[in-house]
Amino acid sequence: MALYAMMLYYPADEYWTTPGQIGFSEEYTEFGKAAADVIRGGKALHGPETATTITVVGGPGGDVVTTDGPYAEAKEVLGGFYLIEADDLDEATRWAAQIPAAWRGKVEVRPVFEMGTLPA
Amino acid sequence: MTPEERLAETVRVEGRRVLATLIRTVGSLAVAEDAVQDAVLAALASWPRTGVPDDPRAWLTVTARRKAYDVLRREAARPAKEVAAGQDLPVLAPDPAEEVVEMEPESAVRDDLLRLLFTCCHPALRREAQVALALRTLAGLEVPAIARAFLVPEATMAKRLVRARQKIAAARIPYRVPSDAELPERLPAVLAVVHLIATEGHAPSTGDGVVRVDLETEALRLARLVAELMPGEPEVLSLLALLLLTQARRPARTDAGGRPVLLADQDRSRWDRAAIREGVARLAEAVRRSGGVAGPYQLQAHLAACHSTAPSWADTDWDRIVGLYDLVLTLGPNPAVALNRAVAVGHRDGPAAALAALDADPIRTHLWHAARADALTGLGWTADARAELVAAIELAPTAPDRRLLADRLAGL
Repeated sequence: MALYAMMLYYPADEYWTTPGQIGFSEEYTEFGKAAADVIRGGKALHGPETATTITVVGGPGGDVVTTDGPYAEAKEVLGGFYLIEADDLDEATRWAAQIPAAWRGKVEVRPVFEMGTLPA
Repeated sequence: MTPEERLAETVRVEGRRVLATLIRTVGSLAVAEDAVQDAVLAALASWPRTGVPDDPRAWLTVTARRKAYDVLRREAARPAKEVAAGQDLPVLAPDPAEEVVEMEPESAVRDDLLRLLFTCCHPALRREAQVALALRTLAGLEVPAIARAFLVPEATMAKRLVRARQKIAAARIPYRVPSDAELPERLPAVLAVVHLIATEGHAPSTGDGVVRVDLETEALRLARLVAELMPGEPEVLSLLALLLLTQARRPARTDAGGRPVLLADQDRSRWDRAAIREGVARLAEAVRRSGGVAGPYQLQAHLAACHSTAPSWADTDWDRIVGLYDLVLTLGPNPAVALNRAVAVGHRDGPAAALAALDADPIRTHLWHAARADALTGLGWTADARAELVAAIELAPTAPDRRLLADRLAGL
């Protein structure tokens, strides 16, 4: 078994907290029930307008630069994530395709890096 | 045959089978590939001394397996933080002494090859990586040869292959034949990869050659392999037919000086009759099995058959060819097909009809200008035809294309 991070992206103007969005919670409740056995974690995020970007300039202990806003201005923004356990990428893909963000925006699937290992 | 020649022969014929089986046994494409490579080096060192073993494939399989287990055992013995991600597989390496020299049954090897093909063509890999992996693992081409085929530096191709293998390992792209339910969405990628290799061989997008025999040959080999593994699939048979019917014309596609010869001017007695016969037979089988619904490769194979079975350029069935192009265009817009259709309309209905069809097409490539030059020549408008050929030469991507167009310009 392997752990996959599923990152949920929405169009910036159809973010899940945007007023007038319909059906979000029903769709996610349904997914949560269907995937209950394989969900190992996950959270929804406040919108990109609440984001703060931090940079330390000049190495550890350097100046902390704080910027209002997300790291990158984009048409599609990160809105949350799941950690899902699956046998392989095909199984992970089947779960990803059931996450409402897959039709409301996009889902990026990435294998979780197990601490104590190095990439091949 | 010298031991070196026997080894090369064994690797060419059996290499991919040894690899495909080993991947399943050790669970890692990267480890299996390195192990097969090591086994070949070991054979190169020992066969000239000890003589060629009775069963060269068994020798390579056992040696490669032993090398793979050595690697896995070393990985397991290293501190956890050094162990490569995705290679956390068998720690239970068997003792080589207990190893049984037992060859996999033929059916298991075929399944392994099919698995490997679908792993290489997994949709989570980009097309260029799929093609490179298929050429490396299934066609057995070395990295420098693949790099040359795609005209990228060797280091770039090596990096591309390493990244693909890393993704297969880290993201756990499965080594598995898709279920029947998934097959319809997965098979097209496999066929597209094989077709792409064939197309690059038939009409190289860059470089000085009119044809790349090595790529055409590998594509045909892969198509035969897929057809052998999935004998009932009409689109697989159609692709094989398409490749056979197209490649049959290769002996006539260049003149003694290595310059390209257009289909209209080719010496048809030099075409490979056996390949045409086989292509026609495969296509007939595809038609029988497709239940009246022709897929894209079947339509293209019918077009190739029209040309390859026509006794001469003048006696080509242009009406059928236009009809087939119309069918291909119902599958979606395709500028190259629209252009070929316009040319075929010209052969059926005359140059004025060709001109009208060409002008309806918005894509202006060198082939479009060349086709327009032909139509204008047919109408007797030589000055306009010249201008079109000049435009075509400017847009032509390869030196042989430019030479051919320059010859036509000089002949006007």
